[in-house]
Amino acid sequence: MSAIEIQGLEKTYTVGFWRKRQKRALKPLHLAVERGEIFGFLGPNGAGKTTTLKLLMGLMYPTTGSARILGKEISDPRIKAQIGFLPEQPYFYDYLTARELLQYYGQLSGIPARDRNRKVTEMLERVGLRDSAGVQLRKFSKGMLQRVGLAQAILHDPQIVFFDEPMSGLDPMGRREVRDLMEQLKQEGKTVFFSTHILSDAEALCDRVAIIHMGELRGVGAIAELTAGVHGRVELVWQGTAVPAGLRALGAECHITGENVRAVLAETSQDAALDALRKERLRLISVTPVRMSLEDYFVQQTGSSQAATRGAS
Amino acid sequence: MSGRIVHIASNTFREAVRDRVLYNLVAFALLMSGAAVLVGQISIGIERLVVINLGLTAVSLFGIVIAIFIGIGLVSKEIEKRTLYTVLSRPVRRWEFIVGKFCGLAGTLVVNTFFMAIGVFGALLYVSHHFQRADGWVLVALYFIILQFLIITALALLFSSFSSPLLAAVFAFSLFIIGSFAEDLRGFASMTSGVSRWLAFGAAYLVPNFSALNVISSVAHAQPVSAQLIATNTGYALVYVGMALCGAVLIFERRNLK
Repeated sequence: MSAIEIQGLEKTYTVGFWRKRQKRALKPLHLAVERGEIFGFLGPNGAGKTTTLKLLMGLMYPTTGSARILGKEISDPRIKAQIGFLPEQPYFYDYLTARELLQYYGQLSGIPARDRNRKVTEMLERVGLRDSAGVQLRKFSKGMLQRVGLAQAILHDPQIVFFDEPMSGLDPMGRREVRDLMEQLKQEGKTVFFSTHILSDAEALCDRVAIIHMGELRGVGAIAELTAGVHGRVELVWQGTAVPAGLRALGAECHITGENVRAVLAETSQDAALDALRKERLRLISVTPVRMSLEDYFVQQTGSSQAATRGAS
Repeated sequence: MSGRIVHIASNTFREAVRDRVLYNLVAFALLMSGAAVLVGQISIGIERLVVINLGLTAVSLFGIVIAIFIGIGLVSKEIEKRTLYTVLSRPVRRWEFIVGKFCGLAGTLVVNTFFMAIGVFGALLYVSHHFQRADGWVLVALYFIILQFLIITALALLFSSFSSPLLAAVFAFSLFIIGSFAEDLRGFASMTSGVSRWLAFGAAYLVPNFSALNVISSVAHAQPVSAQLIATNTGYALVYVGMALCGAVLIFERRNLK
């Protein structure tokens, strides 16, 4: 049984004054996330990531389709005890202190009163907020609020956690801490499903990713699978500054850097290119298959002219 | 009552207290002490009547303003600030959230009214120097005022579940005004005929009958309130609140939280 099974989940809004125009936020989505994996849900802004998460959390109702979490329909309230959710740019009751907020969420999650204080204290410790436990949230920085958000999502020891853009707006240290937390959750056997448009985070963390664009799933799988063998391109590097005419005829992209020339061309032209180099008696340094980066794949799938955000890691 | 409703209600009460809603009591205390001193100087023989009228009217108006302006934000503020997302992603049903929010504000209003009632009785003692047996009816008037608060809170919740906070406030306040003249509306309906009669009767019975819940004038004149009226008003308020809350829940259950 998969941790999350999404079958044809679709969301269409009616828009306009007379509510006659339809806007499709999510085209029928089929997706399965296995237990214990960190799954990245990638897409540019407005792709449908948050809509998908809201549908899974029961905050919105699908137009058609269904989804199951740990084998139970998402409309089944009992499943909520097994999941944790961190919304994008979370906002909490700012009149409460961090401890009071976690106590409140603990009550709503059904944590027994005898365990609640201990769990809240442990969680505050885990996210590094022990010293700010008694401070009202209105005095918290954005990074501290994100930590509170993470704490509330995992307080009740859920089997699956959903994070919507968990690194958004965090500084490099904060992002590192969130990544560490996700890895710890994986080690504890939890399933982590998170949406992001920061590809370096996905590359560093995810067992598998799905790419969504304009409400449509464009690709799903392990990053290595998605990026391998798609291009079929090789990089040749040789000594010197001369580029044989035969090589240019093969459509190679050549760059001269110092004493070397670097050429990238189709793998099918590799033998012809090597023959051209031999003919000119040029000294070959390396032949390397060009591996597509996740960013290349992302841009290819989303067709976006905007470069995907590459966060500093 | 489910534990989750109690927790949501407690948090709503705590929010009201920390957002300084109960600070209105300071203004009320100033008003009552000023009125008691002034009435003691300018009224001869009717101090009690003036203090009860003024005090209970102030209790009612202060509470109605709180009920409307907090009531309209109970749900819409949670959606706007997205605090609702982390609540509804837990094992909390939507109806539990609505009922919890209602109970929280109702509790706030009851506590607020309790302190204001102390102010009213304090002013009454100041001008009369002793309590009379008839002063007990003031408690019944206060009970009816609380029933009004419950109805208006439920209506504010209902309106805010499908309209903007501003419109919800306008609707709720309009209904309070119209409902305060419900008896006149029924009188008007009985004098008309044809379609307009049915329309007027329909409107008269649809709006909350706040005039039946207003016994301020009669208790100020030391007139007793019948047990039948107490029972009828209690039943009426509970049914009205129940229906308004059911409406709010039905709308909120179907709502997509964008």
